[in-house]
Amino acid sequence: MTATADAPRSPLWRRMWAFALDIWNVLRRPSSVFGLGVLVMAGFIAGIIFWGAFNTALELTNTETFCTSCHEMRSNVFEELKTTVHYNNRSGVRARCPDCHVPHEWTHKIARKMQASKEVWGKIFGTIGTREKFLDHRLELAIHEWARMKANDSLECRNCHSAQSMDITRQSPRAVDAHQRLLFTGQKTCIDCHKGIAHHLPDMRNVSGWQ
Amino acid sequence: MRHELRLLAAALLVAAVSTFAMAQTFSALRGETPLDQEGQPPAMTPEANTSEREARNYPEQPPLIPHSTEGYEVSIRGNKCLSCHARSRTRESQAPMISITHFADRDGQFLASVSPRRYFCTQCHVPQHNVKAPVENDFLDIDTLLTRTISGPRR
Repeated sequence: MTATADAPRSPLWRRMWAFALDIWNVLRRPSSVFGLGVLVMAGFIAGIIFWGAFNTALELTNTETFCTSCHEMRSNVFEELKTTVHYNNRSGVRARCPDCHVPHEWTHKIARKMQASKEVWGKIFGTIGTREKFLDHRLELAIHEWARMKANDSLECRNCHSAQSMDITRQSPRAVDAHQRLLFTGQKTCIDCHKGIAHHLPDMRNVSGWQ
Repeated sequence: MRHELRLLAAALLVAAVSTFAMAQTFSALRGETPLDQEGQPPAMTPEANTSEREARNYPEQPPLIPHSTEGYEVSIRGNKCLSCHARSRTRESQAPMISITHFADRDGQFLASVSPRRYFCTQCHVPQHNVKAPVENDFLDIDTLLTRTISGPRR
């Protein structure tokens, strides 16, 4: 008894490896206690619960409350949004952060969410922790969003503004001309012309189409 | 005694006049709201958005903006107007180019693009609203004036 207590303990990595092997040995053998049906049903139910929890958590991160719970978003971009037509307009329909910044379709949404994990890094290390730091990074952040929207043909815009439902007879002559010449022919996508419509612009000096 | 009477009369006159002035309501452009109160502003109207150029009333008049400019950012970071009206942008936008006079700095030196002193477009160029002018205006442009005064044989 005392001999085993006094014996030197094996190093930590060796004990962890032994533990992992134990678990592996349990997993690779057929169950000797639970029936196959029980295991299948338990796995099925656990799967439902896991899937539901996953999607619930995903949707929680897809709300404006979540986005604006960080001061980086709340006191910079969200404040700017409030003065624009996407927040404040005659019909009272408004866009929320994920409407424009997260694809609605599942596969693309997951891809975007994985990209967005870098934002957690930024939050932890305070990359845009102050107004000044945010302004320093604004062009870079904007370029990311423009590139994303350019690549998916302004998918998030089109979730609400579809070219099929766009009645150009109700638009101003200027808009009719631009949409007919450039949008409907596929030469341009929404974000090519409609930059800075929901937030203030970054320094636009080297952005194409701007001075 | 006579002097005192005169003083009294003057004081009475001042009092009477000031009471009268206080009771009177002035009607001016700001309406009948007393000076120390905020009046009800008139309802806002949408910006005229016809895209049809308005004639200038006199040659030096900065042309009016015949379209809505709501939400257009003109700041140190960017100028939304120039993304259509800059020289290099007019082929795509088919918008009129900003006048070459706007390239000159205050020493008359012509720059490659719009001079900083002309950068803030809406200092001179303004969109229009369909409202009734609060003050009547009988301005006549020079052509109308000339046709009125020309006399003599027909050319």
